[in-house]
Amino acid sequence: MRIPCPYCGLRDAHEFAYLGDATVKRPDPAAPGAEDAFHDYVYLRDNPAGAHKELWYHGSGCRSWVVVARDTRTHAIAGAELAREVTP
Amino acid sequence: MRYSVLSLLANALTGQKSWKPAWRDAAPKPSYDVIIVGGGGHGLATAYYLAKEHGIRNVAVIEKGWIGSGNAGRNTTIIRSNYLLPGNEPFYEWSMKLWEGLEQDVNYNSMVSQRGVLNLCHTDAQRDAYARRANSMRMSGADSELLDQDGVRAMYPFLDFENARFPVKGGLLQRRGGTARHDAVVWGYARAADRLGVDIVQNCEVTGFIRDAQGAVVGVETNRGPIRAGKVGLAVAGSTSRLTAKLDMRLPIESHVLQAFVSEGLKPLIDGVITFGAGHFYISQSDKGGLVFGGDIDGYNSYAQRGNLPVVEDVAESGMALIPRIGRVRLLRSWGGVMDMSMDGSPIIDKTPIPGLYLNAGWCYGGFKATPASGWCFAWTLAKDAPHARNAAMRLDRFRTGHLIDEKGVGAQPNLH
Amino acid sequence: MSRLPSGGRIDRSRPVSFSFDGNSYQGFAGDTLASALLANGVRLMGRSFKYHRPRGVFSAGSEEPNALVELRTGARREPNTRATTVELFDGLSAQSQNRWPSLAFDLLSVNGALSPFLSAGFYYKTFMWPAAFWEKLYEPVIRRAAGLGRAAEENDPDTYEKAHTFCDVLVIGAGAAGLTAALSAARSGARVILADEDFALGGRLLSEQHPIDGAPAASFVAKAEAELASLPNVRIMTRTTVFGVYDSGTYGALERVSDHVAVPASFMPRQRMWKIVAKQAVLAAGAFDRPIVFGGNDRPGVMSAQALRTYAVRYGVAAGNMAVLFANNDYAWSAALDAAEAGVRLAAIIDVRREVAAPLQARAKALGIRLILGGEVVATSGKILSSVIVRSGGREETIAAEVLAISGGTTPNLHLTSHFGSRPTYDESLAAFLPGTPPAGLAVAGAAAGRFALGETLRHGAQLGASAATAAGFAAAPMAAPRAEDTPSGISAFWQVKGTRGLAFVDFQNDVTAKDVALAHREGYRSVELLKRYTTLGMATDQGKNSNMAGLAIMAELTGQGIGATGTTLFRPPYSPVAIGAIAGHHRGKDFRPTRPTPTHQWAEERGAVFVEAGQWLRAQYFPQPGEKDWLESVMREVKATRSSVGLIDVSTFGKIDVQGPDAAAFLDRVYINTFSTLAVGKARYGVMLREDGMVMDDGTTARLAPEHFIMTTTTANAAKVFQHLEFCLQVLWPELDVQLASVSEQWAQISISGPKSRDVLAKVVDAPLDVSNEALPYMGVAQGTVMGGTKARIFRLSFAGELGYEIAVPARHGEALTRALMAAGAPFGITPYGTEALGVMRIEKGHVSGNELNGQTTARDLGLGRMASTKKDFVGRVMAGRAGLIEPDRPILAGFRPVDPSKRLRAGAHFIAIGAEGTLENDEGYMSSTAFSPALGTWIGLGFIKHGPERWGQRVRAYDPVRGEDVEVEVCDPAFVDPKGERLRV
Repeated sequence: MRIPCPYCGLRDAHEFAYLGDATVKRPDPAAPGAEDAFHDYVYLRDNPAGAHKELWYHGSGCRSWVVVARDTRTHAIAGAELAREVTP
Repeated sequence: MRYSVLSLLANALTGQKSWKPAWRDAAPKPSYDVIIVGGGGHGLATAYYLAKEHGIRNVAVIEKGWIGSGNAGRNTTIIRSNYLLPGNEPFYEWSMKLWEGLEQDVNYNSMVSQRGVLNLCHTDAQRDAYARRANSMRMSGADSELLDQDGVRAMYPFLDFENARFPVKGGLLQRRGGTARHDAVVWGYARAADRLGVDIVQNCEVTGFIRDAQGAVVGVETNRGPIRAGKVGLAVAGSTSRLTAKLDMRLPIESHVLQAFVSEGLKPLIDGVITFGAGHFYISQSDKGGLVFGGDIDGYNSYAQRGNLPVVEDVAESGMALIPRIGRVRLLRSWGGVMDMSMDGSPIIDKTPIPGLYLNAGWCYGGFKATPASGWCFAWTLAKDAPHARNAAMRLDRFRTGHLIDEKGVGAQPNLH
Repeated sequence: MSRLPSGGRIDRSRPVSFSFDGNSYQGFAGDTLASALLANGVRLMGRSFKYHRPRGVFSAGSEEPNALVELRTGARREPNTRATTVELFDGLSAQSQNRWPSLAFDLLSVNGALSPFLSAGFYYKTFMWPAAFWEKLYEPVIRRAAGLGRAAEENDPDTYEKAHTFCDVLVIGAGAAGLTAALSAARSGARVILADEDFALGGRLLSEQHPIDGAPAASFVAKAEAELASLPNVRIMTRTTVFGVYDSGTYGALERVSDHVAVPASFMPRQRMWKIVAKQAVLAAGAFDRPIVFGGNDRPGVMSAQALRTYAVRYGVAAGNMAVLFANNDYAWSAALDAAEAGVRLAAIIDVRREVAAPLQARAKALGIRLILGGEVVATSGKILSSVIVRSGGREETIAAEVLAISGGTTPNLHLTSHFGSRPTYDESLAAFLPGTPPAGLAVAGAAAGRFALGETLRHGAQLGASAATAAGFAAAPMAAPRAEDTPSGISAFWQVKGTRGLAFVDFQNDVTAKDVALAHREGYRSVELLKRYTTLGMATDQGKNSNMAGLAIMAELTGQGIGATGTTLFRPPYSPVAIGAIAGHHRGKDFRPTRPTPTHQWAEERGAVFVEAGQWLRAQYFPQPGEKDWLESVMREVKATRSSVGLIDVSTFGKIDVQGPDAAAFLDRVYINTFSTLAVGKARYGVMLREDGMVMDDGTTARLAPEHFIMTTTTANAAKVFQHLEFCLQVLWPELDVQLASVSEQWAQISISGPKSRDVLAKVVDAPLDVSNEALPYMGVAQGTVMGGTKARIFRLSFAGELGYEIAVPARHGEALTRALMAAGAPFGITPYGTEALGVMRIEKGHVSGNELNGQTTARDLGLGRMASTKKDFVGRVMAGRAGLIEPDRPILAGFRPVDPSKRLRAGAHFIAIGAEGTLENDEGYMSSTAFSPALGTWIGLGFIKHGPERWGQRVRAYDPVRGEDVEVEVCDPAFVDPKGERLRV
C-alpha cells in the first residue's frame, strides 16, 4: 500500500504508523458531560466498510500526521492531506 | 448415525453410502426463540449450549455464506489459557476444560491436540511478566511452567541459541495448550447443534433488524425474508460494526486484517506451538505437515480479507530469526481474516442497551481458542439475561467505567493489541 | 533411453551429470530434472500424500502436483521441489520423498488398499476413544505418515536479498502474449519489466510447432528477445516468479539467482525477493491442461497433453515408448500431434467427442495415428503405465502404452487475478473459468484471459501492452502483431468418465478421489469452500491449479447447480511456493533487527562490559572484574562504589526531545499531568504524562533552557512513542500552538555520574567560568557551558540512583571522550563504571518506578504519583483517569516489600496473598513488579502493587509464587528504602 504524503509524495505505508479514525475530535474537557464525551472520543468508532478518513504518521519520513481517505474494502486511497491543515 | 470406528468400518464395506448430511440445510422458519447471527464457531457453539445446557432448542443460526467461512476457518488453530488478568484467565481456562472434553461431547473428532504452547522470553522484564502471568494461571486452576534457557533448549534444540539478536532466556510453557482442527470444530458444533434441533440456515444474510414500538429488537430482516425472535445474539466478529451500524450503535471496535500462513507439507519438525518474544510470530505444525504461522495484524482498518507485504516480511524475518533451518521451507499459501479489534484487546460478551439484542464481539485475533467458552457463556447470558461469572468482566460498558481488560497495556489503540 | 535422436532446445554438446535416489544419470544443459529423468527412462518420481501411490510427472511447469523431490542434501536440502522447474546442473543430487523404505517399494502404499476406510474426513469420525490416546497414539502415527518431504536439519547456509524497483509496465510471463505486450509497451519509451518464471523466454512458443510470420516460433522469440534486450528502458528478469499482487501496484517477485548452480557463487544470494512497484501490469501467464477423472488416472506415465509436447519439442524427450492421447479438445490434439511430429510414437487418439475438426483428423491420419472418437479411457494398468483400457461403441479394448496424455481442457493461469478477492467467472463456451475483476492496474492478456489461439494471443498481448503504456502516460500503439494461424479450438466440456475401475483422482497430490467428492456432497459439505476443507481438494502445493476444475464440476453435477453457480475457491498468494528465507532476506541472526550501540560502546567493550539488549540498543549491563564469581558480586560492587564514592553510567539511550516556541510551556502543561509553565529557566522537573485513556505513558525530566526552549527526556523504551504522541498533540489536537519539536536523542550523548564525590569529579572537567558548586548548581539545576576545554555541554543536576549526581550532555561524537575524561578525573576517588543492573538496584532502593511499573496498565495514582496531577488545568488523560474503575479504593497501589526472614529471596511476578489465605484468584491482592538485592539493606527488596498499599506499611502478606514453588512472608513498607527524604540528592 502506498500513501500519497503531501510533503514526500507516494511512499510505502511501511514508512508510516497508523493511528485510526480521523473524524473523532477531542472534546472540550471543561464542558458538562466531559467524561461521556471523552469515552466516545477515546473508544467509540464508526468502523465503516467503505470510505474511511484515518490518521497516519509519517515517522520514517517528514514526521507529518496525515489524514488519508481510504476505502476499507478495497484499500484504494482517494487522497491525503496534512492533519494540521484539515479543517475540523 | 453416531461416529465411531464401527460405523466407519460398516460404511467402508458399503462404499460410504449411508452417511447422512452432518447437519440439515435448514430453511428459515418465521420465528424462533433465539436467533444467533453468525455461523462461525462461536455462533454454533452458542446454539449448541443453548440447546444442551438450557433446553432452548427453538434456535436458528443464520449465516450469510457457508458455516465457518469467517475467522473460524482462517486462523492458526491455537488453543491455550495463558492469560494474565482476572477478567480473562478463568474464562479461557474454562474454555480449555471444554476443549478437553469437546470431541466426546459433540461426537466429532476436532483433533484437539495438547502439544504444549511455549511463549519465549528474551529479557528480564519479559520473564518477570511471564512469572506474574504463570502465577495468575496457577491461581485460576490452569497449568503453567517457567523454563530457563536450558529447558527451552531441551524442548527445541533447533532454535537459534548461538547467534540470536535477542537471545532466548526462557519461556512460559502451558503443556495443556496446543491446537485443534479449526474447521472440524465448526462442523462438530454444527452437527451436534443440529441433532438437538437447532436450525442452521446458510446463505442467509441479515439486512436489518426488526424493532418493536419500544425499540427492542424482535427479529432480523434477511435476504430470505424476515425472521422474528425473542432474542437476537450477534456472533459475527470481524463484521460486528457493519451490523450494529444498522442500529446506529457505535462500538469500541475496529476491523483489522490479520494474515496467516502455511508452508508446504513437511515431515514432523515442530512438535508444539512456539511463540517468539522478540517480535510477533507464532508457529506450529499441522497434522498434515504444513507449518502454520502468523504474526501481527497489518495495522490499519480493513474489511478486505487480505494484507500487504510488510507483515509477510516481518513474519518471515521473525521465523528465520527463531528457527534458521526453515530458510528453504516454502510458504505455500497466505490468507487474511478480518478481526474485531477491541479497544482493550479483550472481547465483549454482554447484553446491549437495546432490549432483545445480545453481543458476542471484539475477539481481536484470539477468538478461536475461546470458541467453547464463548458459546457456553453467551448461551448463559442469552438464557439467563445476565452474564455468568466467567464472562462478567467482558462487559460492553467497561470502557465507560474504566474496568478495562488490557493484557498488553497499550490502551485504546486496537492495532497495537 | 527416451531421448529423441534430434531436436529440442537442449545443448547436446554439454552433458550434465546428476543423481536421483543415489543412481547416476546424464542429461544436457537446458534440461530440467524432470526432462532429464524422463530422458533416462525414469518415470517413477514420487509418492502421493495419503495413499503413497506411485507417481510420475504430470506437467512440465510450476503447477506440477506429483513429481516432488528433495533437492540437494544436508543443510541445503529443499523438500517438495518440483522436478519440472529444477534446471539441471552438474552434480545435482535429488531424492524421492514420502516413501519408506524406497520409492519403488513403499510400505505405506498399504493405505491405498485401505482407501474404502480412509475416505474423506474419516479422521473426524474416529480416533476419539479414549480421549488421551489422541496425542499419545493416533496423532503421532498420523503425523509421521503425513507430510511430504523432510526439511533440512541444519541452519540454511545461503543468503538472500531483498530489492525494490519501479516501472511503468510490468509484464508477467514472456510467452506469446507477454512478448508482444512487452514490445508494444517498450517501443513507447515506457520503463518495462518483463518477468518470467522460466529460465528462457518464450513460454508456449518453446514447445509449439506453429509458425509465426512463416518462420519457426523460435525465431520470433529470438528476435523479440534481441530487441527487448537492446532497449535501455527494458529489464528482462528470467527465473523470476511474480508471486503476489499487493496494494497500490506493488508486486512481490522471487528471482532464483543461484538455484541453477550447485552452490551460490561467493557473495551471491541464493534468491532475491523483489518488490516491484508498477504503474500498470499485464498478466500473460498462459494456461495449462487439466486432467480428466477416471480410474487409474494417476499412474506414472499419465501426463498432460501439453507436457507430452513440451518434453518432446523443447527437451527432445519421448516421455515413454508408446503414447496415446485421451482428450475432449482440439488443443490437446495439436499438442499430441506436435509431439508425434517431433518423434514421439503416438498409437492412438481417444476423444470423447464424436466430431473433431477435419484438419486435425487429417493431420493425425497422415501420421498414421489411430482415432477413437466417442471413446473413453476407463482404466489403466501397470505399476508404471503399461496399457490403457478404452471403451468405445460399447466395447472395451486394451491398448499398450507407456504414456497416456490427457487433457480435459485448457485452464487459464489466472492465479494472480484473484489475489484481491475477485472470483473467476465461468465461460460455458470455453469450459473454463476466466478472470473476474483483476486488481486495479492489472490487465490479463492472451491464454490467461481465455484467448488460447496463438494468433489471437499475439494480437491481444500487443493491444494490452500498448494500452498499459498509454495508461502509464506514454504514447503507445500496439505493434503490428506477427501473423500466426489460429489453430482449431473446439472443446466439449467433459470432467469424469463414468463407470471406471480403480481410484479416480481429482486431486493427485492429496489423493482426493471422485468418491470423496461424492461423500462430501452426501454429508452436506457442498459449498466449494466446504468441499475443499472437508476433502483437502485444492490444498496441495499446486493450490488446486490441476484439481479444482474437475472437483467442482463433479460437485456441480451432484447438486445440479451448474458450474457457474457452484463457483470456485480463490487462489491466495503466493502464486507458487516461496522460500521463507527469501522473504526474510538478510534479516536473520544478529541482523534480525538493527543494533544501536551507545556513544560509549567501544569504551565499555574495552572495560569488559557485559551487554544487554534494551530494545534495539545494546547497553552495558555490568562490568565484571577479575575474581568476581557472578554478576551479583559485580553489581554489588558497582552499587557500593557509587553510593560511597562515585559511579558512572551512559544514559544516552534516554529519549531527548527539543521543544521550542512561544507556546512551548503551555504545550508541556497540556501533555504532562504536572505544571511546567512555572518552571524557572535553568531548572529541571520530573514529569509524568498519560495516554488519553488515563494510563501513564511515560515519565522523565524536562529542563527549561530558555523561556521558550525546553529539553525533555523520555525513557529508553518509549522515546519514539512519546515523540510521535507529542507530534500528534501538536499537529492534530492543537495546531494553533506555536511549538516546534525535534528528536535529539541521537545528537546528544549523556553521561551520568552519581555519588558523594561526583561534584569533585565534575569540577575537574568543566571549563571556567562554569560553576558546579551547590549554590550555583543546586539540585534539579541546569547549567550550560563547556567541558574538556571547549566542548559544548549541558549539565543537569539530577540522579535516578538517588545520590548527588549529574547528567552531562555533550554532542554525541564527544560522548566517549567525556567518559574517558570523567574516568581520569575520577580515578583518585575510585570512580566505578556501572551498568543497567546496578542502576536497577539503586532505583528500586529509591522506590523509583521504571519499565516494570510503567507497563501501560497503571495510572499515576497506582504508581503513587497521583498527587503530582495538577487540578488547575486540563492535560491529556485527565478526564479518563477519573473514571470510577480507575480510582476505586481496591486498585493495587505501589508499595515496597521486604522479606520478614532477611535470608529469603524475593522474585518479581509473585502475587500477594493474605497470610493463611488460599492462593486463588479471588484472594489475589496484587503482585511484585521489581526486585533486587539491596547492598544498603543487606536483604532482597521489592516494589509491587497491592490493594490499599500506602495504608498498609508494616503489615505482612505473602509473596506467593507457585510457578517457582515459593511462598515468602513479606512486610509492606515505604517504597523508598534508601534516603526517603532525598537528603543525599541535595548535599
